[in-house]
Amino acid sequence: MLIDCPHCGPRDLAEFSYQGDATRTRPDPASTDTKAWLDYVYNRPNPAGLHREYWQHAGGCRAHLVVERDTLTHEIRSVAFARSADSGDAA
Amino acid sequence: MAEYSALSLLKNALSGNRDWKPAWRKPDPKPRYDVIVIGGGGHGLATAYYLAAEHGITNVAVLEKGWLGSGNIGRNTTIVRSNYLLPESLRFYEFSMKLWENLSHELNYNVMFSQRGVLNLAHSPGQADAFIRRGNAMRHGGVDAEWLTPQEIARKVPGLDTSGSARFPIAGGLLQPRAGTARHDAVAWGYARAADRRGVDLIENCEVTGFLRDGDQITGVSTTRGDIRAKKVALAVAGSTSRVLQRAGIERFPIESHVLQAFVSEAIKPFVNCVVTFGAGHLYMSQSDKGGLVFGGSLDFYNSYAQRGNLPAAEDVMSEICAMFPAVARLRLLRSWGGVMDMSMDGSPIITRGPLPGLYLNCGWCYGGFKATPASGYSFAWTIARDEPHAINAPFTLSRFERGAAIDETGHGPTPKLH
Repeated sequence: MLIDCPHCGPRDLAEFSYQGDATRTRPDPASTDTKAWLDYVYNRPNPAGLHREYWQHAGGCRAHLVVERDTLTHEIRSVAFARSADSGDAA
Repeated sequence: MAEYSALSLLKNALSGNRDWKPAWRKPDPKPRYDVIVIGGGGHGLATAYYLAAEHGITNVAVLEKGWLGSGNIGRNTTIVRSNYLLPESLRFYEFSMKLWENLSHELNYNVMFSQRGVLNLAHSPGQADAFIRRGNAMRHGGVDAEWLTPQEIARKVPGLDTSGSARFPIAGGLLQPRAGTARHDAVAWGYARAADRRGVDLIENCEVTGFLRDGDQITGVSTTRGDIRAKKVALAVAGSTSRVLQRAGIERFPIESHVLQAFVSEAIKPFVNCVVTFGAGHLYMSQSDKGGLVFGGSLDFYNSYAQRGNLPAAEDVMSEICAMFPAVARLRLLRSWGGVMDMSMDGSPIITRGPLPGLYLNCGWCYGGFKATPASGYSFAWTIARDEPHAINAPFTLSRFERGAAIDETGHGPTPKLH
C-alpha cells in the first residue's frame, strides 16, 4: 500500500500511522446524552468497502490526513489534509 | 459414518482405503429449523455440536458462505492457552482448556492437541513483574503457571538468543505448561462430523443475504439457497460480524475488522519444543509436526476485509523472529496469508442474546478465537438453548460497554487495533 501524501507524494505504508474511522462525531463536551457518547466511543460502521479514515504521516511531514480507502481491496481513492477534508472528530 | 479406530484403519488399509465414507453429508436446506447457526467455522460448528450433544437440539442448520472451516479456523497459528490476568478471562479460557484436554476422545477425532507449553518471554524487570503478577493471578484462579529464569529458558529453548548482547535481553519467562497447540483444521472437521452424526445439517455455499422478520423478531434468513425459517438465529461469523448485522439493519456495532497475517517457514529438524512469544515486540511461534515454524505478530493496524496484508507488518514479524532466534535468519518462508479479525472495543468477546429478539451473537474474538473454540461453542449453545448465559460467558455481554464493565486485559481502551 502506498499513500499519496499531498506534501510528500506517494510514500510507503510503513511511514504512516493509522488513526481510525474519520466519520465519528464527538458530542458536545457539555452533553450528558449517554447514548450519544456510547455511540461515539464504542460503535463503528466498520464498512466492507469505502472507508474514510485518519492517517498521520508520522515518519514524514507529520501531516494528519483523511484517506478514502476500500477495505475489501486496499485501493486508495483519495487523500486530503485532515484540516481541509470533510470529516468527523479524531479519537 | 466414518468411525476412526485402530481396527477401522487396519480394515480400510487392507481394502486399499477405497471404502471410507464421507465425514459429513451434503444436505439441501430444509424450509425450517429450530436453530440456524450462521458461520461454518470452528465456533459455529462447535456451537451446533454442543446444541445437539448437550441440549438435545438436533434440528439445526449451520449455514456457511464458502466451505466448512474456510475462515479463521484454518488461518490461525494453532495456539491454545489460558494464561490471562482478569478473572472473567481466566475462568472462560480455563474452561476451554479443560474441554481441549478431552476433545479428541469426545469427538472421536484426533485434533492433535499437544500440551507442549507456552512460554512468554519478558525483556525488562518491569515486564517480568507484570508477567509474574499475571502468573500469580493464574495460579490463584487454578491455572498452572511457572516463572523461568534466563538460565532455565536457555536450557529449555536452546535456539533462543539468551545472551546479554541480544537486542532485547531476556529477563525471564512465564510458562504455562498445559498450554500448547492443536491441529486447527481437525478441530473444524471433528466438530463438523460429530454435529452431522447427531443430525445437524451442514450447508455449504449458502450465504445469508438478509433476515426474515416479524416486526423486530428475527424469524429466519434469506440465503443464496432460498429462505430458511428458524425459531432462533445465531451468528458466529468473526470478521464478517458487522457485514452480517448490517443485513439485519444494525448499522453500527462495537467491532472493527482488521487483517492479521501468519507465516510458515520451510520444514526443518526439531528446533523448538514449545510455543514461544516475544515480549519486546509482538510475536508468537511454534514448530509444527511437519517441521515448519508457524508464527505471527501484530495486526496490520488498519481496517480490512481483504484476507491479505502488506509488507511492513511482515517485515516487522521477520525482524522479531530473527532477533529471538538468530539461527532462523536464513530460513525461507513457505507461505503467508491473512485473516479478518473481529476486533472488539475491549479485546474481549461478546457471547450473548440479542441485539434483536430471536438473534444470538458470538463475536469479538480479536486474535484469540482459536483456543476459545470449545468453550465458545459450549457457552453459546447453552445461551441459545436456555435463553440465559452460562456462568463462563455471563460477563461477555454487549451491554458491558454502556455499563462501564469492559473486560480489558491490556488496558488499551476502545482502540480495537491495540487489543
